[in-house]
Parts: sequence; structure tokens; C-alpha cells
Amino acid sequence: MSVAAASRPLTVALLGNPNTGKSTLFSALSGLRQRIGNYPGVTVEKKIGRAEFHGREFTVVDLPGTYSLAPRSPDEMVAVDVLLGRRAEEQPIDVVLCIVDASNLERNLYLVSQVLELGLPTVVALNMVDVAEAKGLALDLDRLRRQLPVPLVPVQANRGIGLDELKQALATAAEGAVTKVESPFPEAFRREVEELAQRVAKIVPAVPRYLVERLLLDTSGYLAAAGVVGGSEALQADIREARTRLAAAGLPVPGIEAVARYGWAGKVLAGVVSRPVERRITASDRIDKVLTHRVWGSLVFLLVMLLLFSAVYYVPDVSGANWLLDNLLESASKLVARLVPEGALQSLLITGVINGVGGVVVFLPQIFTLFFFIAVLEDCGYMARAAYLMDKLMSRIGLSGKSFIPLLSSFACAVPGIMATRVIENRRDRMVTILVAPLMSCSARLPVYTLLIGAFVPAWTIGRGWYALPWLQIVVLFAMYSVGTIAGIGAAWVFKKTLFRGPTPPFVMELPSYKLPGLAVVLHRMFEQGWAFVYRAGTLILAVSVVVWGLAYYPRDLSVIDSALLARRDALAEQVAASPAPPESVQAELATIENEIAGTLLENSFLGRLGHLIEPVVRPLGWDWRIGCAAIASFPAREVIVATLGVIYNLGEGQDEQSPELRETLQKATWKGTDRPVFNLPVALSVMVFFALCAQCASTLAIMRRETGSWRWPALTFVYMTSLAYVAALVTYQVGIRLMGGG
Amino acid sequence: MSTLATLPVGARGRVVRLDGDDEITIRLLEMGLTPGVELTVLGLAPLGDPLELELRGYRLSIRKSEAARIEVESL
Repeated sequence: MSVAAASRPLTVALLGNPNTGKSTLFSALSGLRQRIGNYPGVTVEKKIGRAEFHGREFTVVDLPGTYSLAPRSPDEMVAVDVLLGRRAEEQPIDVVLCIVDASNLERNLYLVSQVLELGLPTVVALNMVDVAEAKGLALDLDRLRRQLPVPLVPVQANRGIGLDELKQALATAAEGAVTKVESPFPEAFRREVEELAQRVAKIVPAVPRYLVERLLLDTSGYLAAAGVVGGSEALQADIREARTRLAAAGLPVPGIEAVARYGWAGKVLAGVVSRPVERRITASDRIDKVLTHRVWGSLVFLLVMLLLFSAVYYVPDVSGANWLLDNLLESASKLVARLVPEGALQSLLITGVINGVGGVVVFLPQIFTLFFFIAVLEDCGYMARAAYLMDKLMSRIGLSGKSFIPLLSSFACAVPGIMATRVIENRRDRMVTILVAPLMSCSARLPVYTLLIGAFVPAWTIGRGWYALPWLQIVVLFAMYSVGTIAGIGAAWVFKKTLFRGPTPPFVMELPSYKLPGLAVVLHRMFEQGWAFVYRAGTLILAVSVVVWGLAYYPRDLSVIDSALLARRDALAEQVAASPAPPESVQAELATIENEIAGTLLENSFLGRLGHLIEPVVRPLGWDWRIGCAAIASFPAREVIVATLGVIYNLGEGQDEQSPELRETLQKATWKGTDRPVFNLPVALSVMVFFALCAQCASTLAIMRRETGSWRWPALTFVYMTSLAYVAALVTYQVGIRLMGGG
Repeated sequence: MSTLATLPVGARGRVVRLDGDDEITIRLLEMGLTPGVELTVLGLAPLGDPLELELRGYRLSIRKSEAARIEVESL
């Protein structure tokens, strides 16, 4: 090994089928030294880790899990481009590390056979030998080593066994010459590839042989359309002719690839795997029998989903995480209030910055809880079964079973729900799921429902005493959840018929063996997602929060306030400051006046003016400028409406949805200059329907931008959801007022 | 000749033919459903679709509409 070579880190591409322990191996190799990002222009996550062995630095590039290196979408193209060094901004790959599942070698070798054709040094890591043994399979490793043309290293990724041998093999392979691997294809096919390569070379120089082969094999038309070799019509005709010749020779494209590669895998495995004569019934088999059973399977599924949903809903509260965060933020506010003199800076720090940070961290308990569950379900093998059980239902709206858990999670919070869509490999399905996820009624809508239902829906009960059920209020709450769900189903159907129209994607899904989830894997996944959210969405949420603060604070023109009121406030304030124990009546009067001033300032702020400006627009919904104003202020986070209504109605900040004061004030509020109440049942319903359907959540839009790699989709979501919310609120109010009258 | 969609739960079969050149066919081929491969139908999801197969030593789930493209002979 030369000194110059040793000083440069070795770039290793980690590749493998899903469910082979690839992520576990990646973590075992790089520990916490990881960086996560996105490849530009696609939705693929970029994970880079670092490892070290005998002073040699390794850069490990974790490529998305895949069964095949046959790109049919820009996302799938990323792995091929990285491997072939076709992404200028990425390090060229020195050696490929392909991890395979020992209990499932035949199918795993399909991918290995493709990797070998890339012409890069390659090392195969053999994982899950223990699972193979539990299945009763006996592996002759020496024989496999002889029959496989590249080095093979047995590892136990979850226990960190075999890593040193693996790193040694990687370093050796990278230094040595590339083993010349014979193509698994028949002679006639290889000749066609050679001829095609010569023709391609005349159009675009230096196209790797693997891509030429793919061009011949790719009947989906993606590679031809992607412009890898330009859009030459003559070349397309050549390819079609070549396929016709191959079909006539009994080597039909695309079937020939699978036949050739599985044929190769069969040869490599000849005499390697001996199966028991009697197929052994494993624990996994018995578990699967129950979990996919018509009755028991459905029952367990319902229980698991109920558990997951209630956990995401309640754990953040019950565990005290929310309480802790609230207290931390409150202490921070108090500290700022003590250190920074009253004025614009203090208000910016407390209302803009601390509440903005609060708006980010408030999601962490939910994200941690959801991803704890998802990681457990994924690692133990149940995730695929959940998709299997729900597929039929989801296929009715054009999606697949894989969309079920992201959508269910969105009922707790759309942010982790959207992050969970990464399991959906079909891009159209994933996009539709992301676009409709915010319509599921998340937990942040609940305070709005609670406040308005408590104040305006009659508490008619059935039963009495402790089991008195306010049935009408429950029906209305249920209706709000249904509005979002029904709108989501409708929107998914429309998106599938319009923007994301196309052939039904295949639902071809591996059902992995069950195993005990690894705690390290689960915790790692949980924190990774939480951190990803903070750095991906955090800054934007903070920025939006500061902007809305500015709108509500400025121009802060004190001349709009009655001077007598200001004088009285100053006099009272002096009295309170002077006395060690000021009388309660004085304090109460001061608070009332402060709240009135805050309310008037808000009315005259940019936000208040905006509220007045849009009044004609929201009037048909039955709203006055105050509600319009509160709706605008709740763009960063919908639950803010409760506090905003508190300020507008001169109750001061810190009102929550259970506050009897706020409920009473809303009930008594009247249109300016009349004694006609602002709120009645139709207005309350119209506000609730609006909040059920509107995209008032900067975090959701920010995470959507991150997951889709473009502002187009959050913009579309905002526009379609706001329009939908407006129309639905309009219909609700107009129908309601005709049926129920103003009372 | 019957298709994989008509094979009853518990039956064993051998793939005879899989035609077509669209994404679904390519995916099925990649997952190992090539002519000559033997498989077992292990079960059906509670709502009647998709089905669970065992082939090449692992378990795979595909929809009936996909299974209907695969010609099989019973074993």
C-alpha cells in the first residue's frame, strides 16, 4: 500500500436488498459519524458514514436498499449514477460492499450479479447466517467462496461481528485489480450489447457498458427518455431491431435478464445450500400463520394500530415530555422577561423566537414515539404484514397497503406521517400520500375543536351521573375527523386521476422473516428522524414564526390608544411597583387595561389591518375580522388560534381551549356597533371545518419541501387545501344559517 | 393452463410463462418468478387480496391481478 493511496479515504458504496440488515451494518461500520442529506433533484436520502481501520479512513456511502440495479425512475437512477461515478459532485466509488441475506441467497445474488457487471472491486458481506441455520439451512462457505468470483466475508451486523475482516477485505479489494467477471448472459446477447455500445459511442462518448446493457434491457422506456444517450430516434430503432433478433433467438427481452441472472445464481449456489428433507416449521412460520390469519390477523392488526395511534397521541403527554418542554420554554420566556427590558426586542425573543423554537420542539415527542413504533414494526418484520393486510382497502383509492401507516400516523401528526412515506417506493403513490396526509385530522386541530364545541355545541346528554354522554358534542367531534378523512380519500382519488395518472404500480412485496427487533437499531432510527426534522424544518418554522410576530407587533402606534387609558395604566403600574403587596383589585384592573391595550394594538397592527382587509372575503363564511385575523396568525401552527383569540378579545395571552373565560367571551362577542353575536353554531362549525381542511402548519409544508425536494408540492398543497377549506366552510355556514337560523 | 391467481391456498405450482414487458412483469421477474421456478401459495389476505407466496426460499406478496399474468402448472 503506497503512502499516497493511504492518505486518501477509501470510498465504499454499501448496497443490498431491503431486509438484509444493511442499515444495521452501516451503523455498525460508522457509528455516530454520519451525515444525512438529499441528492439534489430527487427524493433519495443521502447517508454518508465514516469508519477507520489501522489508520485507513473509509467513507461509506449508504445507497437505498434495492432488489435490482435496473433504474426505472430518477430516484432509482441515483444509485447507478453514484456507483458509475456519473454524479460530478460525489466521490468516485473505490469499492462496492454488497450485503446479502444468508437465509435468502438465491434472490440476493440477483443484485450481486448486476453489481459484478459494473466493473468495480466488490466485496460481499454474508449476513444473517443464524437466521439461515434457524431455517434448517446448512451453508458450505468454502464452496461458496470458490464459486463466487469476489471475496466473501461472513458478518453479524447486529452484534458487530466480522467488521475488522470486512474492512480488511475492502481495503485489499480496493488496492487490487478488478476481477474480470464473465457476463451471465448468453453469447448472442453479449454480441448485441457490443454492437449497441459501438453505436452509442458515436453519439455520446464514454457511456459505461453496464448502461448500454440496461438500455437494451429497459423496456420501461425510462433510460431512453432520461437522455442518458440523447433522444436519437435511429438508436431507438436499432434497439428495437436488436430486441426482435434476440426474441427470435429465444432470448426475449426483458425475460432474458432474470433467466440469465437466476441461472448464474443457481450455478454459484450449486452444492452450497443443503435444505432439510422435511421443510422445517420455524417460529417465524407459526407467527406468520397467526398474524396473516383472516380473524386473528385482523384482530392483532387492529390492536397494533390502536396501540400505535394512541401512543403517538398520548405518550408525549403522559410521559411528561410535553410538560417538560412547556416548562423549559416558559422558564426561558421568564428569563428573557427578566433580562431584557420590555419592548420590541423582548417581544421578538419571547413571541417570535422562543415560541418559534417551541413550534419546532413540540413535534419531537410525537416524532420519537411514532418512529420508535415504526422502527420496531419494521425491524421485527410486521410492517410488511400491515401493508399486506391493508392493501385491498387502500387499492380502492388507487394507493397500496404501504400508504396505510403514514396516513394513520398523520391523524396524530402529519410531520412524522410524511417522513414515514419513505417506505413507499413507487414515486406516484408516495407523492399522493404526502399530498393528502395533512388532511388527516391531526392532534393540533383538537384544541380548536375543543374550544368551539365546548362553547357553541349544546351539551345534550344521554344517561346521567358519571356516564352522562354529551352525545351531540361527540357527534360533532367525530364529524370533524370524518370531514378530513373523506376529503383525503377524495383528494387521493383526484390526484391519482390527474397529476399522478399512470399504470397501477406493482405491489410486489417481500414478507421478511420475523425476528426480535434490535434496541440499538430502533433507538438510532428514532433519534435520526427527530434530528432530521429539526434541521430540515426548524429554520423555516422559526422564520415564519418571527414574520407573524412582526405582523402582529408592528407598527405599534400608541396614538391609537385612548390617552386617558394609558395614563390610568401608568398610574396603576406605578402603584403596583411602589407597594410590596399591592391590593388585588389594583392588580386586576391593571391586567384588564393591559389586555385592552394589547387587543387595541393588535387590531391596529399589520395583522389586524390584514384581518380588516380580508373581512369581505371571510364574511360569507360568517366570520368577522377577528376570526380572519386569528386564521392568518395560525398559518405557522393552527393551535395558535386559541391564544390569538385570547389577545383579540382582550383576555391577554396564555388562554387555552379549556378556559371558561375564553368560551364565555366568545359566546358574548358581538358584531361592532350591534348586539348581534359574532359566534353562533353555524359560525363555529364553519371555523372548525375550515381548520379541519386548511394547511395551517408551516412544519408540514417545510417537511414536504424537504421530502419532495421542491417548493412546488407544498405550494400546491397550500393552495388546494386552503381553497377546499374555504369552499367547505362557506357551504357549512350558508347551509347551517338556513337550517338553524342565526340563533 | 391455469394462472397463479386461480391456484388454491396451500397448492404448489411451477411457473410456465410470464409475458409482457411493462414494469409489473419486470418486477415479478426480478423477484424470481421466472419460468421453471416452483412455488407454494401460502395464503390470502383477510380482505381477499393480495396473496402470499413462497418461492426460492423466501416469502413474497403479490396482488391477484399480478398473479393472473403468471401461467402455472399444478404440482
